[in-house]
Amino acid sequence: MQEILNIFVKSIFIDNMIFAYFLGMCSYLAVSKTVDTSAGLGLAVMFVLGITVPVDYLIQEHLLSKGALTWISPSYAEVDLSFLSFIIFIAVIASMVQLVEMIVEKFAPALYNSLGIFLPLIAVNCAILGGSLFMQEREYENIWQATSFGLGSGLGWFLAIVGLAAIREKIRYSNVPAPLRGIGITFIVTGLMGIAFMSFMGIKL
Amino acid sequence: MANKNLKLFVNPLNIDNPILVQILGICSALAITVQLKAAFVMAVSVTLVTGFANLIISLLRNSIPSRIRIIVQLVVIASLVIIVDQILKAYVYDVSKQLSVFVGLIITNCIIMGRLEAFAMGNKPLPSFIDGIGNGVGYGIILIIVAFIRELFGAGTIWGIKVIPQSFYEMGYQNNGLIILPPMALIIVGVLIWVQRSKMKELIEKK
Repeated sequence: MQEILNIFVKSIFIDNMIFAYFLGMCSYLAVSKTVDTSAGLGLAVMFVLGITVPVDYLIQEHLLSKGALTWISPSYAEVDLSFLSFIIFIAVIASMVQLVEMIVEKFAPALYNSLGIFLPLIAVNCAILGGSLFMQEREYENIWQATSFGLGSGLGWFLAIVGLAAIREKIRYSNVPAPLRGIGITFIVTGLMGIAFMSFMGIKL
Repeated sequence: MANKNLKLFVNPLNIDNPILVQILGICSALAITVQLKAAFVMAVSVTLVTGFANLIISLLRNSIPSRIRIIVQLVVIASLVIIVDQILKAYVYDVSKQLSVFVGLIITNCIIMGRLEAFAMGNKPLPSFIDGIGNGVGYGIILIIVAFIRELFGAGTIWGIKVIPQSFYEMGYQNNGLIILPPMALIIVGVLIWVQRSKMKELIEKK
């Protein structure tokens, strides 16, 4: 239990998807103009990450990794399909995003319109695939750890994008040097936020 | 014709740079710029994947139904990335370990999807291939500039070779530990955008 909580907190603050690994930057920079929209996108990303990471974990454990196919027949003990993981993971992600898109369109049409193209683009959001690949690389022991990692990174991404959106709403009233206006200052603000987040480093529960 | 192709190649290097102007592909670009060697390997991989993905999708463009085009594009990109990943593991294993998940993340690199959608779906194979290579190189140049700055000031080395003489350290020079940290890559790119936009006024954003 403690281990699960530890992974959760660590993936929110210390291994934050945006500030430590720069994953999901494209939509992070493009959708963070207003707090409302960015909170919606953040929730969608959290939801997709919370589902795809455990699903990919099960696929990894029971189909792809070396010796995983022994439940079919012991003679498959030498089969190692892990080179297929990229394709399988991206297929799972694409279908999950399709599902989320249908749910959002049905129940929150206003959010659906304001997210626009970025909803289907969650499929190519690096944070989602990155979550699955980090899960594979860090070799979590059971599905609960993988789930808490997925939800934690999603929450970290949500916090980051809402924070940036709040800062950008205020920065509109300040006098930024012309060549830095827009995207340039956003990069620098993100960098400074990243430095602030580094103060969480070393926290262990 | 030749002139047009040249333009396709040269534009992404500066005026239409994928990182500085189109703001694509930042996801995997910044985390691996601590060392020049890793950045170089990454730049070459992305250039090859972009070029060939553009070529293949452009050849298939008339037979892909538009409803499922994203899936088809992802499958093509993922297959190319698997090939790149296996080659890296076979020939430069240490760099491949260092890049870790970021090789896989080439799949979701927005430059590739962006170019496929914006260019390869509507153009002939040869211009598409050149456009892909051009964008890959434009991306690579920024990667290498950032990695050069970070490795030089952060570790005092270039390509793993010490360039700052020992006597400097004896006089009290110290490596800048801050520049190795992930957030500094963002700030360096921010400054690069600043420099480029103050040279090219037409890129400045309207208020």
